Amino acid sequence: MNKKTVLILACPILLLLMSLKTGFIPLQGKMSLTDSLKRPAKFGFGRPATGQEIAVWDIDVRPDGKGLPLGQGDVKKGKLLYALKCAACHGVDGTERPGVKLPGAALVGDTSANSRPKTIGNYWPYATTLFDYVRRAMPYNLPGSLSNDEVYSITAYLLSANKIIKDDIVLDAKNLYKVVMPAKKLFIMDDRKGGPEIK
Amino acid sequence: MGKINKDLEKATGKISRRTLLGGVIAAAVLPVQSLFADETQTETPGFTDVVDDPTKIVGPGPSPLGKRSLFEQPVRKPSDISSRTPLQDMHSTITPADLHFERHHAGIPTIDPSKHELLIHGLVDQPMKFTLADIKRFPSVTRTCFIECAGNFRTGKTEMTPQDILGLTSQSEWTGVMLSTIFREVGVNNKAKWFLAEGSDAAVMTRTIPIAKAWDDAMIVYAQNGEAMRPEQGYPMRLLLPGFEGNMNIKWLRRIELSEEPYMTREETSKYTYPVKDKIRMFSFELDARSIITFPAYPQKVNKGWMEIRGIAWSGRGKVEKVEVSTDAGKTWQLANLQEPVLSKAHTYFRHLWEWNGNATEILSRVTDETGYLQPTLAQLVAARGVNLGGYHMNPIMAWQIGIDGTVLFKPETINNR
Repeated sequence: MNKKTVLILACPILLLLMSLKTGFIPLQGKMSLTDSLKRPAKFGFGRPATGQEIAVWDIDVRPDGKGLPLGQGDVKKGKLLYALKCAACHGVDGTERPGVKLPGAALVGDTSANSRPKTIGNYWPYATTLFDYVRRAMPYNLPGSLSNDEVYSITAYLLSANKIIKDDIVLDAKNLYKVVMPAKKLFIMDDRKGGPEIK
Repeated sequence: MGKINKDLEKATGKISRRTLLGGVIAAAVLPVQSLFADETQTETPGFTDVVDDPTKIVGPGPSPLGKRSLFEQPVRKPSDISSRTPLQDMHSTITPADLHFERHHAGIPTIDPSKHELLIHGLVDQPMKFTLADIKRFPSVTRTCFIECAGNFRTGKTEMTPQDILGLTSQSEWTGVMLSTIFREVGVNNKAKWFLAEGSDAAVMTRTIPIAKAWDDAMIVYAQNGEAMRPEQGYPMRLLLPGFEGNMNIKWLRRIELSEEPYMTREETSKYTYPVKDKIRMFSFELDARSIITFPAYPQKVNKGWMEIRGIAWSGRGKVEKVEVSTDAGKTWQLANLQEPVLSKAHTYFRHLWEWNGNATEILSRVTDETGYLQPTLAQLVAARGVNLGGYHMNPIMAWQIGIDGTVLFKPETINNR
């Protein structure tokens, strides 16, 4: 027997003896326990964000109006902007026409719940969503390029085209969130919860 | 050196120059490799060479990046807005990263990881920014689970493959940090009930998620199947919400804002909602249990006799409890074998041995998850939701029709012909 072999044989015997004496705890289990005990309240990774950094990215708008920016827009300006920046994908007036396949979804319809296709008038539950989405993602070829005034105007035009607001209303942070959408009453929260019942 | 080449010598009776090089280099990584680099390249047969007798010609040596066999070419099936995983080509439940389904709303952004930052703000003690390097310093966790698009179900014709029908689901081994770890770091105000997650793509995609998910099993992941995540999966970091609609697992994650109430973003109001009788159901986060037989399936042909029916089953609410297979058009059902380990919110492989007698029949699968939910028929979904079903959260039991000639066709059940 050379030295190596002796060591290899001795190790398990030593471990066995230790375990008999002390009650053997698997090494791995012991380590992870120690590790979690030592977990700090804070790791200290990352850095505080400045107010300026937050303001640049924080563009979301909530249904209660939180996040709506300064600025305003009207239907007339919105109609012009729509023709320039939206009509190429969503059609001349935003309605679905038989036999015409447009790159963008139909946006304008009536406000009846059973009407198809799904449009802002019959399917969108919050007017604030329209502002938020147009501002962050539209127009498709130049996302994020519209000024706040332009977004207010396009929102005003689309709400007016869907017969939700009158065409002389000037939209801003004070009134947009108060617009009640016809589809809002249709929406219900998910009630599935697993188990045998099919919902 | 010795052993490898001695073995080769014994086996072949001679040592060719290339064998010697391969053996020496592989065993010892000698610096002389560069001396022979040019020659080795010209002598090495390309991967596309097919030889009559592979035991008589030494093949190519080691390479920096592996490739699939020339004879195996599984591919995704792309449309303008998504690409679908070839479920019929998968032999187990991990989806190779380059075959993971894709769905994005304004293309795949190219993001320099050294410039990418994640902002967390809103109802927190300290708004923070984290670089990718910061995120990687936190204690990491690895979890295998599926991601599935909530609109994952196509039907309508018989010539459809599993990829065509349900290709918007894939499974990976994800690595990242628990979102709860990051939330503890910033300190969460107890008024916070929801958080908004926002992507850094041209759609600046947003979804609102209940904060309970953050304390449960949500993660921020940066690795997929052991390597950095693919760009189309959200490189350099994405949200992972096991069991929730794929759309909520925000990719290219750049911002999280904690809030008292949901934001009602476009993706959670005008999309990912569906008619239930005369109402519209929203915030359907969990994907209910479903299963699909991936073999035999169109366009395969089967022979009379024994075959193993194979497929995958999964639930967004936990583990698969059991999978049943019917080989007589749903009249009787037998328990399928489940491949262990059965993981929570994960694709689970099932198998069922069957001796086909050659008569025309239909084969089906149905899963029960650990909540006791049994995958419904289309008729049951119609009864629960009405005839105007919409395209989301459709998980009906599906059938393959086997003809007497061994052809396998999808049974495109519709509300009218059931």
